[in-house]
This record gives sequence, C-alpha cells and structure tokens, in this order.
Amino acid sequence: MLSHRVHVDRVFHALGDPTRRAIIEKLSQGPLSVSSLAKPLDITLAAVLQHLQVLEKSGLVHTEKAGRVRVCRMETRGLTVVERWIDDRRSLWERRLDRLGHLLDEPDDN
Amino acid sequence: MSERSVTHSTFVIERVYPTVPERVFAAFSDPRKKRRWFAEGEGFAIEAFTMDFRIGGREQACFRLPDGRPCRNDTVYQHILPGRHIVIAYTMTLGDQCISSSQASFEFVLANNGTNLIFTEQAAFFEGADGPQMREAGWRKLLEQLAEEMAR
Repeated sequence: MLSHRVHVDRVFHALGDPTRRAIIEKLSQGPLSVSSLAKPLDITLAAVLQHLQVLEKSGLVHTEKAGRVRVCRMETRGLTVVERWIDDRRSLWERRLDRLGHLLDEPDDN
Repeated sequence: MSERSVTHSTFVIERVYPTVPERVFAAFSDPRKKRRWFAEGEGFAIEAFTMDFRIGGREQACFRLPDGRPCRNDTVYQHILPGRHIVIAYTMTLGDQCISSSQASFEFVLANNGTNLIFTEQAAFFEGADGPQMREAGWRKLLEQLAEEMAR
C-alpha cells in the first residue's frame, strides 16, 4: 500500500503530462485497446505503453490482457486521491467557518 | 523545465449566520474570538497566535501537527471595510516548505435572517520543490467539477 503522500505525488505527476491526460480523456469515454489509443494520439505503441505504466502505477488506469489485445480502462482510485487532497485543504476552511457559527451561537460575554 | 509546478484553484464557501454582520465581523477583528474559531479545534498544538488587525497588519498562527511537524499560517490584511469585507493574502508552510499562497476575501452581506458570509479563496498550490508538475487543462476542469460538487 502506497503512503498517501507518495500516491498524491504520483497522481499529480501522472496528470502533469498532456499525452497522459489525453489518454485519460479518451478512456473516460470507455475502455480501449492500446493500439486504438495510440492511433489518434499519433504516438508509437512503445510510447503509449510507457505512459500507461505511469498511469497504472498512480491508480488512474487499469490494463489487462484479453487474448492478444491489451485493454485499458479508467480506474477511479487515482482521481479519488486527488479529490481527497483538495478536499482536505478546502474542508479546513469549512471546519473553521462551522466553528465560527458555534461561536456566534454563544451569547457575547463582554 | 517545460512542465508547470503550480496549480491554481478558486473556490467559494458560503455560510449564513443568524446574527448581524457587525457581530460576525467582530469574530474576525477580536483576536480572542478569531483564535477560537480559526486556530483552535483542529487538535493541533498552537504554539503562537498573533494578529494585528489593520490594513497592512500581519497575523501568524503556528501549529505543531500530531506527527511533530511545524505548520504555519502567515497572513497580511490587504483590505478591511468594517462590517463589510476583509481581504487577506496568506501562505501556508509545512515543515520548512511553503505549500500554498492565497488571496482570500470574506464578505459580510446582510441577509434576511442574518449574515451571509461569502468566503472566496484564490490559491496557488506548490508541491514539493521536486514534486509533481501540474498542467492546467484537465486539471482545471477537475477542480471546477469538484468545486460544484462541494458547493452542493
């Protein structure tokens, strides 16, 4: 199990590349084989495989062999990590503003 | 390096408090009250909390996280209109690394049953110096979707 911190780093790194994002955008419409991913992106199979490896390690994509074809599909684990990271930041302020509400519910003591 | 290393995010949080704007504002201008809702309650040890509530004045909150790392908020009051709005700029530092820099506004709007507090944060997030490189296109969309989701 990756530490949360390492996982966040990996997902951000994976999302930091335009080709990898293009792969994710394509896969968000449905599973595809490696070769049908490579064609519209106009890159070699080897390059796609390399990108897929990064995406798989970060939990954004899952690939498996189906006969002679490798099929790729989206995995939500990686995106969840990113969402949580942002959510953690944001909810700090939400918690603060909730506490402000509790404080305002009290009568003023001065 | 052609990759970007900063990601930007803007989000809005609104709250309605059943009291007048002046009283909500006082919870920001009074250091004792501000400390209670802003710094306390997270379960972190508070090592320092100082504030100088005036335009150009500074505020610093220093915490110690449960894992022992220091965490710090450094704020500058950019603009204050009593009872109406407060605009700040602040950075967050974790350990010895600055992790974000933000501009944030608190607007106090008189509403039917009290005060509508509108908090808007515009933030630049940095990851570790050798950390992830983030590009904006897909990322921005994700953040917007997330903001919508959170706003529900």
